[in-house]
Amino acid sequence: MGLKILTEHINVPGIETLEVYRKHGGYKSVEKALKTMTPEEVVEEVKTSGLRGRGGAGFPTGMKWSFLAKPEGVPRYLVCNADESEPGTFKDRWYMENNPHALIEGMITSSYALGANTSYIYIRGELMFVLRILEKAIAEAYAAGLLGKNILGSGYNLDLHVAPGGGAYICGEETALLESLEGKRGNPRNKPPFPAVKGLFQSPTVVNNVETICAVPWIVNNTGAEYAKIGIGRSTGTKLISASGNINKPGVYEIELGVPVEEFIYSDAYCGGIWKGRELKAVVPGGSSVPILPKNLILKTAAGEDRLMSYESLSDGGFVTGSMLGSGAFIVFDEEQCIVRNTWNYARFYHHESCGQCSPCREGTGWMEKVLHRIEYGHGHQQDIDLLVSVAKQIEGNTICPLGDAAAWPVAAAIRHFRDEFEWHIKYPKEATAPGAVYRGQLDAVTA
Amino acid sequence: MAEILNEVQFSDAAMAEMQRYISHYPEGRQKSALLPMLHIAQAELGGWVSPEAMDKIAEILNIQPIEVYEVATFYTMFNLKPVGKHVLEVCRTGPCCLRGADELIDTLKRKLNIEEGETSADGMFTLKPVECLASCGTGPMLQVRELFYENLGSEQRVDEFLEMMRHKEHETPTWAK
Ligand SMILES: Cc1cc2nc3c(=O)[nH]c(=O)nc-3n(C[C@H](O)[C@H](O)[C@H](O)COP(=O)(O)O)c2cc1C
Ligand code: SF4
Ligand code: FES
Repeated sequence: MGLKILTEHINVPGIETLEVYRKHGGYKSVEKALKTMTPEEVVEEVKTSGLRGRGGAGFPTGMKWSFLAKPEGVPRYLVCNADESEPGTFKDRWYMENNPHALIEGMITSSYALGANTSYIYIRGELMFVLRILEKAIAEAYAAGLLGKNILGSGYNLDLHVAPGGGAYICGEETALLESLEGKRGNPRNKPPFPAVKGLFQSPTVVNNVETICAVPWIVNNTGAEYAKIGIGRSTGTKLISASGNINKPGVYEIELGVPVEEFIYSDAYCGGIWKGRELKAVVPGGSSVPILPKNLILKTAAGEDRLMSYESLSDGGFVTGSMLGSGAFIVFDEEQCIVRNTWNYARFYHHESCGQCSPCREGTGWMEKVLHRIEYGHGHQQDIDLLVSVAKQIEGNTICPLGDAAAWPVAAAIRHFRDEFEWHIKYPKEATAPGAVYRGQLDAVTA
Repeated sequence: MAEILNEVQFSDAAMAEMQRYISHYPEGRQKSALLPMLHIAQAELGGWVSPEAMDKIAEILNIQPIEVYEVATFYTMFNLKPVGKHVLEVCRTGPCCLRGADELIDTLKRKLNIEEGETSADGMFTLKPVECLASCGTGPMLQVRELFYENLGSEQRVDEFLEMMRHKEHETPTWAK
């Protein structure tokens, strides 16, 4: 089942304790980095590794780290983004819950590389039980001299704290997260200044996803060059995929980037195929905000090549025939699912989660929810489809943060690939709203 | 004065836990502890935060009460009105719907004879649909206080769950033990 970097020891009983974690090679990267490497050398290894942010945007981590401003006498911060609220994503929760020390080790090694002496893990408030697991592990790490003053006699000091959110998807956006961490409403900040210059408490800050930080220890232990050999092309390393929806084996899978999508869906090593003996209809491969793809385009690119689980392959074809790897939330739809209903559900989500600062996002998400609701419930008008496309266009690119785009893309993609299903709902409202009704690909067949 | 009669006193354990969070932030940045403090207040005061509780938090942090209200109203986890003993926070988002979340919400409404946002006549359950809880692989699911209840895709599982909850007392938060 491929190489395991993050999950090699995840099933070892007691791995959540410091003792067992250490027995399996835990905290080696802290020893190596703090005692034998300069912070700059750690940053270099991460650059060489080609590691890209696992929170959704896929930005190269080493490059992000090298942008961090270092003015004299000003503290710097590393903040771990454990907000995990993108629908379909549950890998970070699962990983922290089962292997908390891996995140703490990553935080120590990464904080050292960035010269941070205080770091925070911002975790969504709904995951209070995971916060308790992390705090227990942190207490063990302090007691073992892995946190606090003069870590392992290296002269390096680090305090690590966990902070809970209060329930708000927008706080996963890094500047909203920083506002929230400062005890405020989660309104994204205008950029610039970027967090690398003015972040937490107006100080230079790096925000990284849980999984990104957890990849750092392996890179330090085995070198960035070794990490870069894993995966495919510019998609180096392994990725945790949250697999959900109508499959036989939902769960979190660590894959080497580059596994064919078809293998991922049908192999028993991963999703185990579509449940209830049904057919695959569509997949949202990277979390609710990335474009949905119908069966033919998720299995093969428009050029007829196998689609792979990698940043490049999933986005092949742009937004016309491609999608994105995003956060690695792989949501599978069987033939009995209604695309209109799902699109309405996501529109409601984004409207609910818009912070309301920019009118295109606040008003546009509300409009999309309303129009999709009326189509789904049999009151749609012929012009509604074009209206949705036009509202989505007006939101895109006109907002302070990317939530606006995230709300617009799924609607635009659903219409692009499933337009006749929307038309069917509008043309045959009675049939479309009958219990259990699903569009089966023949626009005018129902009335025949 | 009515305000003084209503003044909230947090337990020593709650105060200590609040102070622990406050100590995590640099001098002058104590307000950062506001969210954890609201969680602690809610856990201690029957699952919701009253205006008096928010005033008390403002006093502890030495900030204006409005700064607490504007934050408490922004985040969905804070209940600003009294709630039933168990608040059922049911995930209603797409991935869970693929596995029966709409049906779960309908079943709960029917069995408890309430609509979304309402509390059952016996005061036992409040139904509060929420968005994705990062547990999509085990949906449909819901949260009550700090715990997740997963794979509630059949009527039998729902019945078992409700029966268990009727006899369940809340866990004491770790900080109060
Ligand atoms: C609306 C919105 C929600 C986001 N939610 C998350 C999240 O839950 N977790 C996360 O790591 N990144 C999330 N991000 C991305 C962060 O802004 C940021 O890019 C990321 O944490 C950077 O870490 P990385 O480079 O390690 O991926 C979100 C972005 C947006 C616009
Ligand atoms: S795009 Fe939406 S969520 Fe982002 S800042 Fe604007 S209103 Fe808020
Ligand atoms: S959609 Fe329900 S937990 Fe994610």
